Amino acid sequence: MQNGESDVLNQFQQGNAAAFETLFHQHQRAVYFWILRITRNPAAAEDLTVETFWRVYSAHARFEPERGFEGWARRIATRAALDWLRAKKTENEISAEMLSEVAAPAEADPAVTAEIRGKTAMAFSRLPPKLRIAATLAVIEEQPQKDIAAALGISVAAVKLRVFRALRLLRRDLEKQGITP
Amino acid sequence: MNEKDQDRMKKLLQQALPPVKGDSEPRRDLWPAMLRRLDARPAARALTGWAWFDGALAAGLVALIVFSPASIPVILYYL
Repeated sequence: MQNGESDVLNQFQQGNAAAFETLFHQHQRAVYFWILRITRNPAAAEDLTVETFWRVYSAHARFEPERGFEGWARRIATRAALDWLRAKKTENEISAEMLSEVAAPAEADPAVTAEIRGKTAMAFSRLPPKLRIAATLAVIEEQPQKDIAAALGISVAAVKLRVFRALRLLRRDLEKQGITP
Repeated sequence: MNEKDQDRMKKLLQQALPPVKGDSEPRRDLWPAMLRRLDARPAARALTGWAWFDGALAAGLVALIVFSPASIPVILYYL
């Protein structure tokens, strides 16, 4: 960590508003992108980025500069996104329009019809939020499991277990709808 | 569910929900919204990190655990 960066972190820890502004401008894009990966909703990601930095600002006294800002902010962002997922009834949140706005085009498998894709997306949105976050980051976004574990505040083994449970629940839901993956 | 089933489910999920584009960024500068948020919320909570509804929630949880210990696994599941 460079001296200038270290100074900013120490000043932020002491409640310096200018240091907070510097950190906001340095990290807002990364925080926004992380939250967008979880929520897949640009408007919500913007609001939650502000919410995250509000929580960051509120907790400045508990910040440990030697542990770095990015991981700490990411953990707070993940918690804010999880709160949002829990508060929202997301069954209707994942629309084709929204997906085309934020998602990269997938390599289409001709065996998977649009109807199956739609039903899979809907079934996925019905999963418990904490399982959905783990599966979103690990399977869809293909993030390193240690990063996911750090963001969720759990072990790598717990991440693997959550992903397994998410996939198993998803499979059961699809089977109930007559879809055999 | 074996490893093969897991791989099939992963591929299906990736087909249904492709990853977010790598160049995604906020559509506007969020700093003005941040300033509004800082102005709107009193500094008291920022300093204490505690508000009345946090206390009410904690009291409710304690009451639930005391009067209905069977709810502990459910609470842990949702934490």
